[in-house]
Amino acid sequence: MKKMTGAQILWESLVREGVTTVFGYPGGAILPAYDAILEYPQIHHVLVRHEQGAAHMADGYARASGKVGVAVATSGPGATNLVTGIATAMMDSIPTVFITGQVGSKLLGSDAFQESDITGVTVPVTKHNVLVTDVRDLARAIKEAFYIARSGRPGPVHVDICKDVQQAKTDFEWPDNVFLPGRKAPAPVNAAKLKAIADMIAEAERPLILAGHGVIESGASAALMALAEKTGTPVALTLLGLGGFPRSHPLCLGMMGMHGEAFANKAIQEADLLLAFGMRFDDRVTGNLKTYAPKSRKVHVDIDGSEVGKNVAVDVAIINDLRVVLEALVPLVADRKHEAWDEEIAKGRSDTHSRDIQHEPHDDTRLLAPHVINDIWRATSGGAVIVSDVGQHQMFEAQYYPHEKPRTLLTSGGLGTMGFALPAAIGAKMACPDKEVWVIAGDGGFQMTQAELSTLQQEKLDIKIAVINNGFLGMVRQWQEFFYDKRYAATPILSPDFTMIAAAHGIDAHRVTKREEVIPTVQKVRESGRPALIDFRVVAEEAVYPMVPAGADLHEMIRRPKRSNPSEVPA
Amino acid sequence: MRHTLVARVQDQPGVLHRVVSLFRRRAFNVDSLTVGGSEEPGISRMTIVVETDRVPAYLVEANMRKLVPVIEVRDVTNLDTVSRDLALIRVQCTSAELSEINNLISIFRGRIVDVAAGSVIVEVTGDVRKVDGLVEQLRPRGILEMVRTGKVAMVRGSEAPEESEEELAAGWRH
Repeated sequence: MKKMTGAQILWESLVREGVTTVFGYPGGAILPAYDAILEYPQIHHVLVRHEQGAAHMADGYARASGKVGVAVATSGPGATNLVTGIATAMMDSIPTVFITGQVGSKLLGSDAFQESDITGVTVPVTKHNVLVTDVRDLARAIKEAFYIARSGRPGPVHVDICKDVQQAKTDFEWPDNVFLPGRKAPAPVNAAKLKAIADMIAEAERPLILAGHGVIESGASAALMALAEKTGTPVALTLLGLGGFPRSHPLCLGMMGMHGEAFANKAIQEADLLLAFGMRFDDRVTGNLKTYAPKSRKVHVDIDGSEVGKNVAVDVAIINDLRVVLEALVPLVADRKHEAWDEEIAKGRSDTHSRDIQHEPHDDTRLLAPHVINDIWRATSGGAVIVSDVGQHQMFEAQYYPHEKPRTLLTSGGLGTMGFALPAAIGAKMACPDKEVWVIAGDGGFQMTQAELSTLQQEKLDIKIAVINNGFLGMVRQWQEFFYDKRYAATPILSPDFTMIAAAHGIDAHRVTKREEVIPTVQKVRESGRPALIDFRVVAEEAVYPMVPAGADLHEMIRRPKRSNPSEVPA
Repeated sequence: MRHTLVARVQDQPGVLHRVVSLFRRRAFNVDSLTVGGSEEPGISRMTIVVETDRVPAYLVEANMRKLVPVIEVRDVTNLDTVSRDLALIRVQCTSAELSEINNLISIFRGRIVDVAAGSVIVEVTGDVRKVDGLVEQLRPRGILEMVRTGKVAMVRGSEAPEESEEELAAGWRH
C-alpha cells in the first residue's frame, strides 16, 4: 500500500468521486493541499476572487449538471466567506462539498492566526460537517461527505481539515462502503398509500398538482408528465420547480405563490385535491396558512419526512423518492377529464393574459424590464440556461422566460441570495460548456459579486450578462412603494458604468435603452462567441405584479393596474 | 404537553452540539436532556423531554432523524416505560429536625447522604413526579441547593422496532 500525505489523499479521493473541477482560493492553512494539486492535472482548479464566489460556483455547477459541486478555501476568513454560499445551497437542497483548511490540530482552540470555529459556524447551514484531526480518517470523511451530499434530500457537506493532517502521511485506502448507521435506504413505496392516492385522484373533480424542486432533483419530469396527462390534472410550479414541467404544456399553470400567476393561486384556493410533489409549502408559496387551500384534500410526496406537516397538514403522505413514487402511481390511475374545472382555469388564464404587460401600451423611448426578459427569451428561442439573481428581475424572469426543461433556470430561491447569479453562472458554464448560459441580474445584486468578471475572463468563458439596471434596489423599493408609503430609504443606488466595468475586464459591452434594440443586441452578442455584458437601462419604478403581500391570503392579490396610455407607465 | 424522546447516537465529537443546535434553530422547547453511555461501545443514548405545544413531537423526531450521527429516535411518551430522575437536594436542617426529615424522605425512598451543620443532602431517585413531590415537601424547610439529572427512560418488555417516518407522519394531524 502506498504512503501518501493527507493533501494527496484529498485529491485522490476527489478523483475517485469523479470530481474534475473545483472552485477555490488558497491560503496558509490549505497550502499543503494546493501544493499537491499540481500532481493532479485531471482536476481543474478555478481561482475565484472571493470565496463566496467559489461557493456559488460549486452550487451553480451542481444545479446545472446534477453532479456534486466542490469548493475549497483556507481557514478563518476564507472559510467564513463561504458561509453565505453554503447557506444558499442548504436552503435549495444542492449537492455540494466544501473543503476548508484548518489550523494545525495542536493549535485548535488557541485563537491561532486565521483560526475560526468553522465547523461550529456551519452546523446549522450544512446537512453535515466534520473536522478531520487525524490523517487516517480523511479518505473516509471525503467518501462520506459525497455520499451524504447526494443521497436522500441533497445538500451541502463541509469537511474541515487541519493543516498537519494535510502534511501527515499514512497508507491510502479508499473505503468500499460508508459506515453511516443512521442513514436508512428508503423503504419500498407503500402500496396501500399509493392506492389511496389513486382513489383520491379518481374521486377529484378539481385536482391540482403542485410541483417543486424535488421534480428536478429526483429526475421525475417524465413521470410527472405521464401522471398529469393521464389524469388531466393541471400543474402549478414553485420558483425552483420551473423547468420541471414544460411551461408551454396546456396543463401548465406557471408559477404559484407571491408573484405567481393569479389564476394558478386561485386554482389552489378552489381545488378539491392538491397533489404536492417535491415541494415544502414555503411561506412565499402559501401566503396565510389559515386560509390556504381550504377546500382540498392534500397529498404530499417528499424525500424529507420533516417537511410533511411542517406548514400544511396533509391527508396522505409518502416519504420517498418522487420519481419512484410517480412511476408506481401512473399505472394505478385511470384516464380522466375535468371539463368544468378546465373551463374555470381557462377563464382565469384569459383574464391574466388580458392584464399581461405584453399588452401594455408602450413607446419605444422607454424600456420595461419584463419586455427585456421576454425578448431575451425570444432571441434565445427559450433554449438558454438562465441564471437569475434575486429581486424584481428574478420574478420577471420567472414570469416572462418560460422554461421547458429541467436545469435551465438556476436561481437562489430559499435564501434569496443577491450576488448569486454571476458566480453560479460561471459554475454552470464549467459544468455545461456547450450550453448557452445567461446571467440576468439587477444593478444591485450584480455589484455584490461583480469581481468574478475577472474569474470569468481568466477561465475564458463565453457567458452573456444582462444587467437589468433601474437605479434602484427594485424589490425593496416596491415594498416601500406598497407598504411604506413610498419612503425610499436606502434603495436608490448609484452604479458604475457597467459597460466600462465590462470593458475593463476585456468583455464586450453594450447599452440598450429602447425596446427595438433589445433583440438585435441580444442576437449580436449570441453570435460573437465571446463573453458580453448588456446594460439594459429600464424604467425605474416598475413593479412586479401580481403580488400576494407577505402573510396575506393567497387569493388576495395586488393585480397589475390596467393602463390605457403610455404616459401612465412610470418613468 | 411533554413528550419523551429516546435517541441512540454515534458517540462522536459534536453530536450533542448538533442536537442542541437543531432544537435552538427550530425553536423546539427542551424540558430536560440527558446524555450518557448505552449497552454498545461507541453509541450514546439521549433522553429528551420536549414541550410540544408549538411544534408537534413528530416534527422534533423527524428533524432529529436527519442528523447524520443519530441512529434511531423513538417517542416513548405513550409506551410503557421505566423512567427515572435523580436529585441531590441540600435542605436546611437542625440536628433536632434530622429524624423528622428522615421520616419524610423515607416515604419517597430518599436518603440522607451528607450531614453538615445546619443542613443535609438528600438523595432521591424516581420518576419525575415522585421527585417533584419530595421537592415540594422539602421546599418550606428551605432548599439551599439542588441538582437534578433530568429524566432517563427505557421501554418495558421487548422493544418494538423503530417506526418508519411515514408511520410517524400518519399518526399526526394539525
